[in-house]
Amino acid sequence: MDQLTFQFPAQPCKPSAKASLCGVVSSGNLEVLITQGAQPNGCEVSIHTSAQGFAPIWQAVLADFAAHHALGGTAITINDMGATPAVVTLRLGQAFRDYCGGAQ
Amino acid sequence: MNLPQPSPPSRGPSFYEATARQRVNRLLDAQSFTEFLPPQGAHSSPHLALLGLPGALDDGVVIGSGTLGGKPVLIIAQEGQFLGGAVGEMHGAKIVGLLQRAVRDKPLAVLFLVDSGGVRLHEANAGLIALSEIMRAVLDTRAAGIPVFALIGGVCGAFGGMGIVSRLCSAILMSEQGRLALSGPEVIETVAGVEEFDSRDRALVWRVTGGKHRYLMGDCLALVEDDVEDFRQTTLALLAHWEETAPELHTLRAEQERLSQRCTQFCGLRDGLEVWAALGVPNPQQIPLLERDALVTLRQGLSL
Amino acid sequence: MTLFPLLDTLFPAGHEATVTQQVVTGTALTASGPVALLGTVDAAAISHAIALRLAGQVLHLVEHHPGRPLVLLVDTQGQALSRAQELLCLNGSLAHLARCIDLARRRGHVSLSLITGEAVSGGFLSFGLMADRVYALQSAQVRVMDLKAMARVTKIPHERLVALAASSPTFAPGAENYHRMGAIEALWDTPSSELLEQALAQLRTEPSAGDSRLQQGRMRGGRQEAAAIVAAVLTA
Repeated sequence: MDQLTFQFPAQPCKPSAKASLCGVVSSGNLEVLITQGAQPNGCEVSIHTSAQGFAPIWQAVLADFAAHHALGGTAITINDMGATPAVVTLRLGQAFRDYCGGAQ
Repeated sequence: MNLPQPSPPSRGPSFYEATARQRVNRLLDAQSFTEFLPPQGAHSSPHLALLGLPGALDDGVVIGSGTLGGKPVLIIAQEGQFLGGAVGEMHGAKIVGLLQRAVRDKPLAVLFLVDSGGVRLHEANAGLIALSEIMRAVLDTRAAGIPVFALIGGVCGAFGGMGIVSRLCSAILMSEQGRLALSGPEVIETVAGVEEFDSRDRALVWRVTGGKHRYLMGDCLALVEDDVEDFRQTTLALLAHWEETAPELHTLRAEQERLSQRCTQFCGLRDGLEVWAALGVPNPQQIPLLERDALVTLRQGLSL
Repeated sequence: MTLFPLLDTLFPAGHEATVTQQVVTGTALTASGPVALLGTVDAAAISHAIALRLAGQVLHLVEHHPGRPLVLLVDTQGQALSRAQELLCLNGSLAHLARCIDLARRRGHVSLSLITGEAVSGGFLSFGLMADRVYALQSAQVRVMDLKAMARVTKIPHERLVALAASSPTFAPGAENYHRMGAIEALWDTPSSELLEQALAQLRTEPSAGDSRLQQGRMRGGRQEAAAIVAAVLTA
């Protein structure tokens, strides 16, 4: 198992929920929890993943997501069991939408 | 007993395919759910981390309070997609805590959405002890006059210790897709051979452990559609007239008699088809094809 | 040690027990009166037939000998593994057995289990683990699954599991682990009538305050999470 942490600069977001959780930790899937972070202009990401040696890919996927979404002021916790980058992006998007939009 | 038979005009979201959280939110009154020990602020299982496995923030079970038809209930929902919904130390303790809380807070009922293969092998001893504690806690909850309903229709069914726990509940509501047993077919196949139980024969697995079979045999009280709304409506209808009875010698004597009698009656049979024929079902091979309502009607015509 | 020499040692004042198809039933004398004996031998695989015979005996006890203590003799390899058993809902018969022992407790029968041989999974859950207290002989084998099979199923290397088992009581077989986690009250080096009398006396004098295994597990350091989580749920 790898434990990774990243920080990205990002525009501040306007949360409408205290926290949001999407996805389930299962084969090819992951859970993404978004809560309030410490830096209004930054996003902290903490990852536990069963797949070893994919830090550069996580870095790239998350940097891309952070570049396109106002993640400032959030902390993201991820528990992963080998999800593909597409699934990671999908879950991040769902969790972020719930965090900002309050949709079920 | 006459069971309520709600027949929704069109199917809602599948119970089988939903996650534990989706089931909880759709089963309870809208916006009524409050989660206990929510994922934010929680830590995942240290035992899994020690083995190098990513945990889940809820450790595979969602617990909390809400309302059903405006009445307060407590709810437990296992997440079958996370390690087979299996019970480890934290997972089990959340359930025990919820049941103890039920004894204290006296909700109308506890709804237990079972979706579990039983003991989580990665925490085998902790899981087995937790299952024993859950068994005792379910019985304590019922003895306090609070019904505990098991709702079974998820990807993992109810196996191992969770199969026992389910049968300790006041009633079981089950969809056709639900499965209820002790040893999983894979375990039996591994130990006793593929001739004993071919776990890849899905139709056979359902004829032995599935919702229709359990309903025909009286091991589950209600057969529901694979639809969260149908689980909700059936639970509501059952609760409207439910009277939880204290454990009594005469009821256990009656159960002893029922179980003994059927062990004699169906001794040696190995397939649901044989049991259904012995029950007097005219065309047993048609059972897997029957709609829920037709099956309910059929069962009411059997002398059980 | 086989059953009858064991019973001679545990109950020097006398006992009357019979074994029929792996099920032990009987009565024994202790300093404080008669106790009911019930259990299985030869690592019985618990089937419908065995579960229902055990349950029937418990119901008989409740009906005809109110308040008589119950000594459960545990030796089970787990549940019977067959399609015919599952077809008739084996979990239902095991649940029924558990409910009968629970009824006895509620009617004032104190109970203790002594693991004389094996204690495994479903067979242990529905019977031995339902007693007020569980004791084990030092030679007892208590487990869900052996580490080799566990390695196969979890896909974690066997050597890794063996190494981790040295420091964690959470997953590896062994009565001592169950003691540390709160499920076994004590391990007995050898069977002893004094230890049994003590255990029975303790059960009689200490009013049953419900299931205390969580607290025991925390105090003995074998289960660090569970008690705190239950407390957190109660205050959430």
